[in-house]
Amino acid sequence: MDVGIVSYGAYIPRYRIKPEEIGRVWGVDGKAMGKGLFINQKSVPSPDEDVVTIAAEAARNMMARVPDVDPKDIGAVYVGSESHPYAVKPTATIVAESICATPNMTAADMEFACKAGTAGIQVCMGLVGSGMVRYGVAIGADTSQGAPGDALEYSASAGGAAYLIGSENIIAKINKTLSFTTDTPDFWRREGMPYPKHGGRFTGEPAYFRHVTSAAKMMMEAMGTKPEDYKYAIFHQPNGKFPTRVAAQLGFTNEQIAQGLLTPEIGNTYSGAVPLGLASVLDVAEPGDRIFVTSYGSGAGSDAFDITVTDNIKDYRRENAPTVAQRMAKTVVIDYARYAMFKDKIVMPSSE
Amino acid sequence: MSSVAKEWREIPGRYNLEGSKCPCCGKVYFPKRNMCPVCRRESIGKMEPYSISRKGEVYTFSIIHDAPDFTTKLKPYAVAMVKTTDGIMISAQLVDVDPADVRIGMPVRAVLRKIKTDGPDGVIHYGYKFVPDE
Ligand SMILES: [Zn+2]
Repeated sequence: MDVGIVSYGAYIPRYRIKPEEIGRVWGVDGKAMGKGLFINQKSVPSPDEDVVTIAAEAARNMMARVPDVDPKDIGAVYVGSESHPYAVKPTATIVAESICATPNMTAADMEFACKAGTAGIQVCMGLVGSGMVRYGVAIGADTSQGAPGDALEYSASAGGAAYLIGSENIIAKINKTLSFTTDTPDFWRREGMPYPKHGGRFTGEPAYFRHVTSAAKMMMEAMGTKPEDYKYAIFHQPNGKFPTRVAAQLGFTNEQIAQGLLTPEIGNTYSGAVPLGLASVLDVAEPGDRIFVTSYGSGAGSDAFDITVTDNIKDYRRENAPTVAQRMAKTVVIDYARYAMFKDKIVMPSSE
Repeated sequence: MSSVAKEWREIPGRYNLEGSKCPCCGKVYFPKRNMCPVCRRESIGKMEPYSISRKGEVYTFSIIHDAPDFTTKLKPYAVAMVKTTDGIMISAQLVDVDPADVRIGMPVRAVLRKIKTDGPDGVIHYGYKFVPDE
């Protein structure tokens, strides 16, 4: 049985802040910081947005493109995030309710730093492939926080994408998935702490680069493929610099990664990053296009996917929901004061 | 603090604009009702759930400058009477739009947003707001 993507939907909040504005507040050359990270601006959620609302919008966009799919045929909903609004109480149940998929289904929240969304796709593939469910929904979404003044504040942003995984009318077949996972403490956040901590330079070579290149090489070896066999490649993008460098190390060109590289204009959407990059590629993909995907989550692991777009994409109702490019076109740039208010960094009188 | 149980019962309406339709005269109500005020006793126990369209247009609106606590970070903002494509009137906050750009007849669609939170340790209430439909 072929298992793959039946539909997808993306969501990115409307507000943006620029590195030079963040740097202005902290006495840092933000422009140079942004240049070093390849980040021109990052998305900021509205005060009434969180992972639930972002995941729900992505899921509704996903369902809008497949009007013939009955949401009651969805047997599983997984939301991957490192910024679930509740410590206890699943995001996934709220999102499932918002697409009318409840109650005959299973649901859970996933956590694996920036790769919880792709982990959900793998779980859904297993459930669909084994015949346990007809459709599974996997969502990666985050409203990530960087500590004020920390390097992460220049990149940590918000957004998400949802995938309907199934075996009928798939627009993209997932030929294979595999993972590379180790215990690597490059980035973490303890229970109750508002901001994550990271191992500084340690987050590069032994963490991101080792896991991404290992998973990617394993995949090409398993499939007997070379970088030039793929039309598009999407790598996890904590900034613009890492995916560009890892692509070059593996032998992929800038043309192959351009369509799926969104971080320079929206920042690092964490669990949303690779799912959004893949959504941007599917927005323009044509039958036969082969797509290479490798996510990365600190802690640490990488999930790789080898995907082929099918003829079904010709009849697929992409136009029923906004594309990633359309979501990125209408933005409002805010200053640090408004950003601080939006992100609850200003102490308000307790009257709620 | 609002009643968690009462809010829970309203979830289908607040998330998915589920109203009710009278099987006798066909009239649609939002929020949902247990009885049609026209057909009265004839409709009791027969009202059917009805999914109202999430798309519509601004029928009329007002700009709010003095906002309740939770929405204070978004002020000034518009509250609109939205006429959905199936003709139902729903009043809700408009977001992701500059109040100066709001116009009567503007196409809008319903999205899920945080409505309020019961303090730092209470329930988060989600519900519909409207954004420009572009
Ligand atoms: Zn009636």
